Amino acid sequence: MPLETTAGGSERLQTFPRLLFHHARTRGSAPAIREKDLGIWQTWSWTGVAERVRALACGLAALGFKRGDNLAIIGDNRPHLYMMMSAAQCLGGVPVPLYQDAVAAEMLFVLNDAAIRFAAVEDQEQVDKLLEIREQAPQLEHIIYDDPRGMRHYNQPFIHDIHALMEMGRIHDRNHPDFLDAEIEQGQGNDVSVMLYTSGTTGQPKGVCQTHGAFIAAARGSMETDRLEPAGDILSYLPMAWVGDHLFSFAQALVVGFTINCPESSDTVTTDLREIGPTYYFAPPRVFESLLTSIMIRMEDAGALKRRLFHYFLGVAKRCGADLLDGKPVGLGERLRYGLGNLLVYGPLRNVLGMSHIRVAYTAGAAIGPDLFRFYRSIGINLKQFYGQTETCAYVCLQPDRAIKFDSVGPAAPGVEIKIADNGEVLVKGPMLLKEYYQRPDATAESLNADGYFMTGDAGFLDADGHLKIIDRAKDVGKLANGAMFAPNYIENKLKFFQHIKEAVCFGHDRAMVCAFINIDVGAVGNWAERRNIAYSGYTDLAAKPDVYELIRECVEQVNAALIQDAMVADSQIHRFLILHKELDPDDDELTRTRKVRRNFVAKKYEVLIEALYSGKASQFITTEVKFEDGRRGQVSADLKIVDAKTFPTMQKAA
Amino acid sequence: MSRTIGEVILDLQNISLRFGGVKALTDISFDVREHEIRAIIGPNGAGKSSMLNVINGVYHPQEGAIIFHGQERKKMEPHRAATQGIARTFQNIALFKGMTVLDNIMTGRITRMKASFLEHALWLGRAKREELEHRQKVEEVIDFLEIQHIRKTPVSRLPYGLQKRVELGRALAAEPSMLLLDEPMAGMNVEEKQDMCRFILDVNDQIGTTIVLIEHDMGVVMDISDRVVVLDYGKKIGDGAPDEVKNNPEVIKAYLGGGH
Repeated sequence: MPLETTAGGSERLQTFPRLLFHHARTRGSAPAIREKDLGIWQTWSWTGVAERVRALACGLAALGFKRGDNLAIIGDNRPHLYMMMSAAQCLGGVPVPLYQDAVAAEMLFVLNDAAIRFAAVEDQEQVDKLLEIREQAPQLEHIIYDDPRGMRHYNQPFIHDIHALMEMGRIHDRNHPDFLDAEIEQGQGNDVSVMLYTSGTTGQPKGVCQTHGAFIAAARGSMETDRLEPAGDILSYLPMAWVGDHLFSFAQALVVGFTINCPESSDTVTTDLREIGPTYYFAPPRVFESLLTSIMIRMEDAGALKRRLFHYFLGVAKRCGADLLDGKPVGLGERLRYGLGNLLVYGPLRNVLGMSHIRVAYTAGAAIGPDLFRFYRSIGINLKQFYGQTETCAYVCLQPDRAIKFDSVGPAAPGVEIKIADNGEVLVKGPMLLKEYYQRPDATAESLNADGYFMTGDAGFLDADGHLKIIDRAKDVGKLANGAMFAPNYIENKLKFFQHIKEAVCFGHDRAMVCAFINIDVGAVGNWAERRNIAYSGYTDLAAKPDVYELIRECVEQVNAALIQDAMVADSQIHRFLILHKELDPDDDELTRTRKVRRNFVAKKYEVLIEALYSGKASQFITTEVKFEDGRRGQVSADLKIVDAKTFPTMQKAA
Repeated sequence: MSRTIGEVILDLQNISLRFGGVKALTDISFDVREHEIRAIIGPNGAGKSSMLNVINGVYHPQEGAIIFHGQERKKMEPHRAATQGIARTFQNIALFKGMTVLDNIMTGRITRMKASFLEHALWLGRAKREELEHRQKVEEVIDFLEIQHIRKTPVSRLPYGLQKRVELGRALAAEPSMLLLDEPMAGMNVEEKQDMCRFILDVNDQIGTTIVLIEHDMGVVMDISDRVVVLDYGKKIGDGAPDEVKNNPEVIKAYLGGGH
């Protein structure tokens, strides 16, 4: 029943506050939000949430919050902060979640850009940050905090306890019983429902204004694709300022009506995951990777019998697990073996991971290694990828069940149109597009083309089945001398999927061939070297070992073999490479703080190495200055070998 | 800060403690006021830990009087001190290594458990109610010290800094009116020390607990304590606000040697 009424696209339910009160009316006793507090999971029903949102909204109104005002939300995923989002929306205001770990100075830009008068924050830490920058953000009038700890001595009149606000709201509600319903009634689907700031790798962050309609459309689309049900659970632990959390924990939760679960603290997420056993889960690839690593390490310490059982059944899963999940035909013998494995290994493993109940798990945000991806699918976890931006409600492509291609992000999601521009850039259109960048008509005009397509800035192509493959940022895509497309990131990601390669930088724009710098992963390669009794003193020494070069050459050649499979990138095979004598480091400005390679900087700094790669030299001497963590500077120098890798004739692609 | 330092709650008058011929403490008098943070400092072997042990009844001084909450205290056992609201932590961590953090902190509640052994064994009504109540209190302590992530971890698997925090947790679980901390920051790095300082200040500020602490890190002592008493060779050589003590020539001599 609830699915019908919420999914039916009823005209009445075109804003999030209406959806919230609809859930409260039709299935009020169902759990809406859980939070672990003092060691026990506390549940709020939809009725309970609606009551609090009502009190909070009226409280905000009593403080003078008006239609069109923006409400900053700063903190970890706390039920009250989600409720504050709804409260602001009830009044026709716009919640603006900020990254809670940002320092005060970083918040200042957003506070001023969005003309924030009201801020709802989690705790003392965030209050202190706001107080620190209050001078520079004079329009900030009220700060509301959730956690009273440490707040006893803050007696400034503009700082309010959230419970005091609710009390204020209840009084307001009693005096003006029709006020809030009228406010909610005024809200329309094309009103802005939330403003999410993009991280702004270039220039200042921009506020992406999304409407109720956009997020509701995105949420309905994913609900249809994944057949999400009201009786579900999700663990809400990713930053509220991130578009993904807003889609999963807010928009989808309100549209579908499943339960969101807020972990006790950011350190307890793994325990909380096990206790909740969500049906729906999102994590970035590195989380899946570290989970797998910890399993493997623990298995190394297990008894011989368990270890053998584990590896045997993992082999079985590798052969047929993913096919079973995709509904492909699998022989009876393998089916039986997989069934036994499920009983003895996969089931318990899923349980340990807290993934026993998972119906759909998503990953996105970075490239996920194919082995890693297949591992989770093979043990019966329906891990999938999606693709989208803040500007598209994180909703462009979803991998559909039973048609997963690990190197694509899936076909266009329901309601989304995808077009590839002549330069290879992915263009998208649909109900989930942003309304505008906040007070930045110039930026809005730049990102939406004349036909109303949003320009993602990503380069990609649609394969024969209509699945989108993302290859790189459009601005990074170049051309080889022969005119073939050169997508450095795509090749680098393929290299980085090898555990021995930590970082790679490829060159090839306007050149006849592709060459690469490699950073080895000192942990993985060091371990590998130890097992072979290869002695080394440090990164530089290890990187120069002939055996290591041999190891990396094999990896490079495997990448080359993979590249020729795809006509678009077959010319981008890596002809020559070298292993850098130092690790690329943010302290030396070679990487950004989020560990992305600063391509142009690296190219300039190591110009002489690139020269050597393309001039056919067998080695090149280089001295580089490095900064140590304590601020001292030193020099590293080495005579770097340059090695040719085997390439494959691209003629094969015709066959 | 709004906390107000109240009346004298512990008055130590002319305390002398001897172990055979060794004089550990000689004629020491000082007092502790309600809600204050009182530090005891001094070079190694000055008698600081002995002083703490006198306060919570492990040692019984041969001479002198201890007046706690207006009553002169005769010979007293440590568990009596615990029931009177004095809790402590130890210089060398004294936790139950094999037990979880939760269970360790629960032991801090033991003086407050009223149900009998039999009731506990049979899980009768009162025992059950009590357990729930105590667990609630313990969870509040866990929340306060931000150690939710290690709730179920055996203490032996924790790093030193966290063990110290757990020990503080156990002391807090007893809801003491006076907390004795014996070098709570020994062996910690700067960040751990900052955390610990914050917790000590929070305990003092929010719960109003009176704190007597021994510490070697002068920066910490000068920053967080209201009054400092300085011992050297079992004698009191200074007493007063941190600034006074810092400029006291006797104290400087004890710490830096006579030549300066």
